[in-house]
Amino acid sequence: MRSTVLIAVILAMAFPAAYAAETINAAGATFPAPIYQKWFQEYRASHGDVQINYQSIGSGGGIRQLTAGTVDFGASDMPMTDEQIGKITSFKVLHFPTVLGGLVPTYNIQGVSGELKFSPETLAGIFLGRITKWNDSALKRDNPGVNLPGADITVVHRSDGSGTTFVWTDYLSKVSGEWKSKVGAGTAVNWPVGLGGKGNEGVAGQVKQTPNSIGYVELIYAAQNNMPYGVVKNQAGVFVKASFDSVTAAAAGAAKNMPADFRVSITNAPGKTAYPISSFTWLLIPDKIGDATKRETIKAFLKWMLTTGQNDTASMSYASLPAPVVAKEMKQIAEIK
Amino acid sequence: MLRIWRHAVNNVMLSLTGICAFVTASALFFILGYLLWNGGKSLDWNFFTKLPLSAGELGGGMANAIVGSAKVVMLGALLGVPVGFMSGVYIAEFSGKAMANVIRYTADLLNGVPSIVIGIFAWTVLVVPMRHFSAWAGGFALSLMVIPVTLRATEQFLGQVPLSLREGALALGASKWRSVATVVVPAARTGIMTGIILGVARVSGETAPLLFTALNNQFWSKGFGEPTASLPVMIYTHAISAYDDWHRQAWAAGLVLLGLVLVANIAARMVLAKGAAGQRG
Amino acid sequence: MATATQSVPGRARTFLHGVRGGDQIAYLVTFLFAASVVLITVLLVFELWTKSGLAIHKFGFSFLRTSTWDPVNDQFGALPFIYGTIVTSVLGLIISVPLGVGAAIFLSELAPPRLSNTLTFLVELLAAVPSVIFGVLGFFALVPLMRDHVQPALISAFGWSPVFKGPAYGVGVLTASMVLAIMMFPYIISISREALIQVPREQKEAALALGATRWEATWDAVVPFARLGIVGSVFLSLARALGETMAVTMVIGNDPKINSSILAPGYTIASVIANEFTEATSDLHLAALVELGLVLFLITMILNGLGQLLLLVTTKPGSAKS
Repeated sequence: MRSTVLIAVILAMAFPAAYAAETINAAGATFPAPIYQKWFQEYRASHGDVQINYQSIGSGGGIRQLTAGTVDFGASDMPMTDEQIGKITSFKVLHFPTVLGGLVPTYNIQGVSGELKFSPETLAGIFLGRITKWNDSALKRDNPGVNLPGADITVVHRSDGSGTTFVWTDYLSKVSGEWKSKVGAGTAVNWPVGLGGKGNEGVAGQVKQTPNSIGYVELIYAAQNNMPYGVVKNQAGVFVKASFDSVTAAAAGAAKNMPADFRVSITNAPGKTAYPISSFTWLLIPDKIGDATKRETIKAFLKWMLTTGQNDTASMSYASLPAPVVAKEMKQIAEIK
Repeated sequence: MLRIWRHAVNNVMLSLTGICAFVTASALFFILGYLLWNGGKSLDWNFFTKLPLSAGELGGGMANAIVGSAKVVMLGALLGVPVGFMSGVYIAEFSGKAMANVIRYTADLLNGVPSIVIGIFAWTVLVVPMRHFSAWAGGFALSLMVIPVTLRATEQFLGQVPLSLREGALALGASKWRSVATVVVPAARTGIMTGIILGVARVSGETAPLLFTALNNQFWSKGFGEPTASLPVMIYTHAISAYDDWHRQAWAAGLVLLGLVLVANIAARMVLAKGAAGQRG
Repeated sequence: MATATQSVPGRARTFLHGVRGGDQIAYLVTFLFAASVVLITVLLVFELWTKSGLAIHKFGFSFLRTSTWDPVNDQFGALPFIYGTIVTSVLGLIISVPLGVGAAIFLSELAPPRLSNTLTFLVELLAAVPSVIFGVLGFFALVPLMRDHVQPALISAFGWSPVFKGPAYGVGVLTASMVLAIMMFPYIISISREALIQVPREQKEAALALGATRWEATWDAVVPFARLGIVGSVFLSLARALGETMAVTMVIGNDPKINSSILAPGYTIASVIANEFTEATSDLHLAALVELGLVLFLITMILNGLGQLLLLVTTKPGSAKS
């Protein structure tokens, strides 16, 4: 009797007739993970049994797993370098921007619940470990009139290979020569100070749990968890808050001059209303997909993402793609064979 | 004078050791209590029946993780138990001393390999060639941890079967393998079963070997060749996130996992105790 | 133990007789299974070795001495992780050995049998608790406790020394050590208790007869006898703690730096592998991680071996080694 039940259970799990027809595996960035997961759930609900299983293991993970061939497509906030693309011999990687997002400095300071202002030099100083206390003169200068405690600053960064880290360090490299020479930009860097959290989720979680801490996360992670985040001074000297409009403004220039392979950085963008720490994020799709069903599914999803999917961006605190970029991407879909 | 001092020392030290014992024993109660308190609040029917929802949305569950865990653990057991058992039989019944030592040493070595390193190994030999994260790889990794435990339990309990029983069987004309299969193994079966249950229970709570083998899955995984959700990995990803709802789920999952593991352990030990008593009686 | 202890010619003769072919098959089948265990283990070591080839080739032995872990510039040094692994485990031992041995003494010598069995049962159940659960509890319960109460107290009392310096993060080397200590309890207690129980009663009775108090008899006559077994349990627990992944990852702070302060965040070999493996961007990065795994494997292998050896010696009948 018991063995019969056991066998029945085994069979039920091995041959699930009720399960989905097609499963596509993807992995990568945590930056856009919330909206990707929403998209994949919506897409599954409206398109029969298409299951796109997305694991947010970080941009570095997405790139590596795509290279190793263990996922059908990847996702990254950092465009792949020529070297990384060159490593994949079986296909060419097509970059498909999906949304725009903004990175915010989120913090948890005892006694301070409002919005703090950060100038680029202050942010660099904090993450370099030169500014160690919340009531440092640099912070006081940025925030006249705010009562900042004399507590030590606990920096939280990513412990995994992250496109979010790339965007953050790319920005810091642009605004701070010291940062550029000492640390540089990349998906995983040699952090001068700080604790490591895994994924955007881990950093947000760590900041939330640790008083007097500061970390960098994609806007939605701070918004969804009701965590305060700061405004940053942009190239034009204006303190701008990350939002649909300010992130879209940052992409304005890039939209006009988008390179053919869509690899571009929009940190520290010019413009009075531009949010300085903005970025595109990309899906990394192989240009050759052998399995016909998978190919068509992915192409169909991309079309959906560029049209219907873009409607979800505002509510999820991302910004949608500029129209000229969408048009160009639609054309690139044809390149997937 | 000296006597009073020595007696004082005696009383203090004895009490201290008692305190040590109670402190360490109460660690378990503390853990259980914390999980019951936080997990009990969060355990609902959704947890067992629904799939995880995207971050921030309420009402999801971990149904796929429960099934996924069952899948990889079962694979681990199906692959590991026969190997461990047969090897244990070999050492205890058929091999010479030298071979037995070699195999025993190897099994102990395998047992001592950190679980994360087992994960690396499974990734190298299964995930990369298959170009797929899968329950197969996860099950394989777990089986490597089941083998040494099963092997030792088999060897130990087979060894405890009295000589008289073996010789009786042989005297009746049974061949060696017959006597082992029909007399010796059944005599040791309680102990061996206990060892297997304990070993399987242990791997069901392992996270590290699954991190880069079975990976994880938001949805149901078809068959065994897809990335598969599992309770320990889900607990980990949910606990380190910033979403309160995910934290609740992590507590609930922790409670379920701990409950299963503890029940298996307690049951196994009770069976062993009864079996041993039965044999002695 | 009824193993096949016939002489070689005797065994060969029996084999050759092969009267009941079933025996031959049984021997072969079980032998193949056993051989597969050896093969798999050899394969494991082989894979570890080859997959870390790139890193071994590039860094050689300096890998073990360098402390830079810089994926951007492809510079990898294992020292911070080796440091973190050893410090957390040793610190964990410092916490758990006195408690554990004390508890073992109580359970083996002083407690009435029913109490002793019940408590031992409970302690051994602790070994069954999955490590991720220790991690979750550490993260949500222990870390706030450390951050809000314990660490500030330590800093105000001992903050002048480099060992207790620094802000109270909550996470850190000390917190990780405490979690490891709790995880080591069952092993230390269980094995030490066994070793103590095996000490011949005459030892204790002789001491008592000479007028020793119960404590003196236990500490001076019984415990030294079981010394090797206790030390063996320490080695085995240490080996286990070194490889502990999930519980440590969640409470250590994940910072690859060597810090004299135990209140600072750190990083262990197992944690960095868990965090960075699926995302190692360059082949060298991956090879460096695998090499770390190899280093960990070697360390645990040596410690396990020592532990087993010590236990083997103590369980020999009439071992009067002091």
